[in-house]
Amino acid sequence: MIQNLLRVEKFFDSPIEQFQVKKEPWNLVDIDQIFKTHKPHISVRNLNVFLSKNHILKDVSLDIPDKAITCIIGPSGCGKTTLLKTFNRLLQNSIDVKIEGDVLVDGENIHGKDVEVENIRKKMGLLSQRPCPLPMSIFDNVAYGPRIHGIRRKKTLKIMVEKYLVEAGLWEEVKDRLKSPASSLSIGQQQRLCLARGLAVKPEIILGDEATSALDPISSKKIEELFVKLKHQYSIVLVTHTLRQAKRIADYVVFMYLGEVIEAGPASEIFSNPKEKLTREYLEGYFS
Amino acid sequence: MNRTRYNAYRQIKEVVFRNSMLFLTLISLLFAVIIGISLYYKSVPILDQQSMWTLLSGESWKPLKGEFGFFPFIMGTLWVTGIAIIISLPLCLLSAIYLSEYAHPYIKKIVYPMIDVLAGIPPVVYGVWGILVVVPFISTSIAPHFVEFSTGYSVLAGGIVLAIMIIPLMISVFIEMFDALPSGLREASLSLGATNWQTIKKVVLRKSFPGLAAAVVLAISRAFGETIAVLMVCGNVAEVPKSAFDPAYPLPALIANNYGEMMSIPMYDSALMLSALLLFVIILAFNAISRLVLIRIEKNFAL
Repeated sequence: MIQNLLRVEKFFDSPIEQFQVKKEPWNLVDIDQIFKTHKPHISVRNLNVFLSKNHILKDVSLDIPDKAITCIIGPSGCGKTTLLKTFNRLLQNSIDVKIEGDVLVDGENIHGKDVEVENIRKKMGLLSQRPCPLPMSIFDNVAYGPRIHGIRRKKTLKIMVEKYLVEAGLWEEVKDRLKSPASSLSIGQQQRLCLARGLAVKPEIILGDEATSALDPISSKKIEELFVKLKHQYSIVLVTHTLRQAKRIADYVVFMYLGEVIEAGPASEIFSNPKEKLTREYLEGYFS
Repeated sequence: MNRTRYNAYRQIKEVVFRNSMLFLTLISLLFAVIIGISLYYKSVPILDQQSMWTLLSGESWKPLKGEFGFFPFIMGTLWVTGIAIIISLPLCLLSAIYLSEYAHPYIKKIVYPMIDVLAGIPPVVYGVWGILVVVPFISTSIAPHFVEFSTGYSVLAGGIVLAIMIIPLMISVFIEMFDALPSGLREASLSLGATNWQTIKKVVLRKSFPGLAAAVVLAISRAFGETIAVLMVCGNVAEVPKSAFDPAYPLPALIANNYGEMMSIPMYDSALMLSALLLFVIILAFNAISRLVLIRIEKNFAL
């Protein structure tokens, strides 16, 4: 609701009306119809982030739908990654950071006093830009998550490792060399290993920080297919630089520019009929 | 035309600089070899007279009678170095972990320069401090609990002073190792819901283990050779120490104390040279072996 009100406000204030598609305010209400079928999983309210006096995120409010792929798009340095890292509270480890506002996951404020940061992070698997295998064997990489959460039984671990390697589409390639170091895998395989490792702690959300940008086209296609397959079980949030990727797989799109959310809506709406001039220009490739 | 001449000129420059730098590098390596060889030549007379084994295992050091047993000195060196490492390693490792993984940036800003200051204090100052503080403390407060009598000039005093001397070196190298790890590695572990400590134990320490071990080797080599501060507090009695409260006489102290004196005694000069050679070989061998072990470990641990 707040979202829509904000949007309506922006609509009337906008000085660049000749670029606006004429649309009645009441039509804007159904823009977020995705939330009728997918309830908001992460809700961000008036989030402000400062990194050593630089205002990185400016009053960001948005909802991320459950069990769907949300793509956050926007030019470099617009705060996409910062937003993503706020979700699992990795940002607070950086030096000189100030976070204001609320991030609600399943209605629970992640910055609340009695929230354990480990539990928040366990809910979200993070897939970073470059795959970052831990310095151990393939098996131990996937078993790492279950182990730190207290699962010790070898049999259980074996079953879990196989299950999640299968889920990440890597099992067939590595089943004969589970003992070899994870760094011996190709970079595309490493990224799928990281995905399996993330899935093994049974998250509800998968965060991808340009997860395919370091990969070759074939590997990145595999990862994309995995995302599409996994979106029925997980809420997936992807930061991406490649518009084409967002067009291929996104259900919901958030466009950010210089730390602000300019526009958010279902992928079909944003790509075919953007409301804001900036979004339109970005999509048409005036800047990137 | 001018263009091609200029090009030839820069190619010549390239070759000249590359080769001269190679030459200089080789010279610095050559020095190590020259030192080894000259030490060996100087110690040949005593090696001709007595077998290597009797020299190394002999326990009595009576130059006037021609008895040169190096065993007490070797043991003294090992004792002092061992105690120094036992004291400083856990201390340095835990402080380095705290500073690089937990400490607030402001704390780092204050502590890092202080560590550098510690590293800059001259060894003789540590030695004096050892005599004034560590030695009396051992003789009055620690030793009475364990042995009947100790002057305080002991292996333990040497070990403590040496430990304090290598602490700054070790901490700063450890911190460098931790900071050199990609931050993505920590994030990968943390984002799975690991606590900081789990991440440190299972990822940070594991990944940086070869580097940490190399740093310890460096510190031990340094401790082997440390002379003046140790010589001032460890008693300098040529006997094999039986406990941490006995005095010791490490190899570097032997050389520093005696070289240039009593040179009229036959073979004395040669014996001291042999002890220098021994120190040289021990450090070289130690470095070589630890490097081999490290390569093994790196292979086996899938780092």
